[in-house]
Amino acid sequence: MSTARVAFVQGVGFWSSRLPGWDVAAPALRGSTSAPLEASRRPVPALLPATERRRAPDTVAVALEVASRACESAAVDPATLASVFASTHGDLAISDYMCETLATNPTLTSPTRFHNSVHNAAAGYWTIAAGCYAPYTAVTAHAHTFGEGLLEALTQVAADGAPVLYVAYDIEARGPMATMAPSRGLLGAALVLAPAASPRSAARLAWRTCPGHESEATAARAGNLAAVEGNAMAHCLPLFECLAQGSGSLRLSLSPQLLLEITVSPGTEGVRT
Amino acid sequence: MSAGSGAPGRIAPVRVTAFTARSALGTGCTAHAEALRARRSGLRQNDFTETPLETWIGRVEGLEEEALPDRFATWECRNNRLAWSTLQADGFLDAVREARNRYGAGRIALVVGTSTSSIGASEEAYRQLTGDGLYPPALRRPIVHTPHSLGDFVQHALGLEGIAITVGTACSSSAKVFAQAERLLRCGLADAAVVGGVDTLCGSVLFGFASLELVASGPCQPFDVARKGISLGEAGGFALLEPRGATGPWLVGHGESSDAHHMSSPHPEGLGARHALEHALARAGIEAGDVGYVNLHGTASARNDEVEARLIAALFPTRTRASSTKGWTGHTLGAAGILESVLSLLSLEQGLAPGTLNTTALDPACGPQIRIENEPADLRFVLSQSFGFGGSNCVLAFGREPAP
Repeated sequence: MSTARVAFVQGVGFWSSRLPGWDVAAPALRGSTSAPLEASRRPVPALLPATERRRAPDTVAVALEVASRACESAAVDPATLASVFASTHGDLAISDYMCETLATNPTLTSPTRFHNSVHNAAAGYWTIAAGCYAPYTAVTAHAHTFGEGLLEALTQVAADGAPVLYVAYDIEARGPMATMAPSRGLLGAALVLAPAASPRSAARLAWRTCPGHESEATAARAGNLAAVEGNAMAHCLPLFECLAQGSGSLRLSLSPQLLLEITVSPGTEGVRT
Repeated sequence: MSAGSGAPGRIAPVRVTAFTARSALGTGCTAHAEALRARRSGLRQNDFTETPLETWIGRVEGLEEEALPDRFATWECRNNRLAWSTLQADGFLDAVREARNRYGAGRIALVVGTSTSSIGASEEAYRQLTGDGLYPPALRRPIVHTPHSLGDFVQHALGLEGIAITVGTACSSSAKVFAQAERLLRCGLADAAVVGGVDTLCGSVLFGFASLELVASGPCQPFDVARKGISLGEAGGFALLEPRGATGPWLVGHGESSDAHHMSSPHPEGLGARHALEHALARAGIEAGDVGYVNLHGTASARNDEVEARLIAALFPTRTRASSTKGWTGHTLGAAGILESVLSLLSLEQGLAPGTLNTTALDPACGPQIRIENEPADLRFVLSQSFGFGGSNCVLAFGREPAP
């Protein structure tokens, strides 16, 4: 078991097809309102130049949307933040395109789609759009992606004593790949995490790793799960339920035999949603 | 601390108690050291793709015949084959087994990097779809069709139960794993860490880089005035990091940054690369003048080499040697960080600064630091530079001893 450490949530971003924004998602995750029935297609991140908004892959659109919103609510300049981007499967639509093109006519591979196929495409576009020279990383850990990515962000906060942006997202699978790497709809979730409390702190996270089976990880509430049903990043929900609630404790899996234990309590001013 | 401004503080050095690699040069440290010394390239004409593509590749010999043991059948694919065979070189499996006994399986973190992981298996499935558009039965194994395939396989293969994560930042992936592992160790989240990376040739990268017109038709010529582009390669490599280790060279520093410029071409003034380099030196507590050898990213693409050459000329004294080893191995993408870390550690250990292979006339942008010939050298500190698509930069600093 590791020593307990503390980080503060300075800003939150959230977007899913049925909960498009933290202002809609927070009351729904608390159970105060039900999720809108009509699904939004995809977010339009203001940070991207107008010419790129339409062309941006879904991964980039959803990741940049929640990243910008988290920075806005934390009132921090995105250019200053180191970041951790986590996605279970990366850009499934582009992977489907690449595999299909390679199977039929490899020499027709699109150069743009190829360079957008890298796991760090969303992170790359984010740093370009934000003018950010601070480092980013892009990670995956299959079913443990949200927990492992969050652990890396929390570790950076602890190791370097500076705020870190954490962005987790997955998109809808396409084509034959959908049978092996299933994921539905769009889901993005982001946090700005800081080493010390400020008047803006939305929540305090006390965290540590501890041995334990992945089956002991906290499950999302059934009603909430339905709102992001089938998205590979749905395992981010328990943390956002606690953030919406203002307090609570949860366990995220880091690997089959290791858990990340988090206790959420109100930040300086309590949770603002 | 933002990457653009203040320098980071020093870190406590971490011992590299075991390391190994496999590439077109062969399997294990001795094969790599001998190929460097003999200036024997592992590049050959492309014989990997069914659709013709005129280029040279650094292909690992014999992988096609090296099926994974039955107990690993779920993870069967070219990339995990390379991972498994690499783990067996240089007694690396034994070193991890001993570390597991010493610290416990849950206290060894696993941080591995890859660019395409086992996408080759998905490409194969798409070539063999059944009549109703499904994967062929033999490839209906979800774990090899997701990018954590590598991390998941290596965790099982090594019997580890701790933190296990796959980093995918293109060509800086398996350099950044050292930085991430060092942070985990510094924060006490693990007592040791296995770091590494594996990337294998596949249609995605061969035809993808060709579509960007970055691939040379002949063997790559890093920093040559007449360079025509990159040669792709494949490799695997691993290192065991132990803060309390008794023997081995040291990871003394690391620096990471973003270019904030373009998805597939470097910052024109090398600003991001410069930040990464300065941070690596600052964390190590050394100066540019303390560095004996720099293993450059040196892909042989027109832009990368020009920008990197200017950076080295501007920051290092003339006595510092610098070179690209891509003429030996090709650009192994997500495995380049670990492969070139291993080559840098070998140069430190054996007192040989490798030169640059296939290159005859250096680009005028090169300063006197960039060498074509191998040179014997008493090296105390070496750097390894890795830059990736999406403007992701990482520079690692290794020392024969901890910094003074």
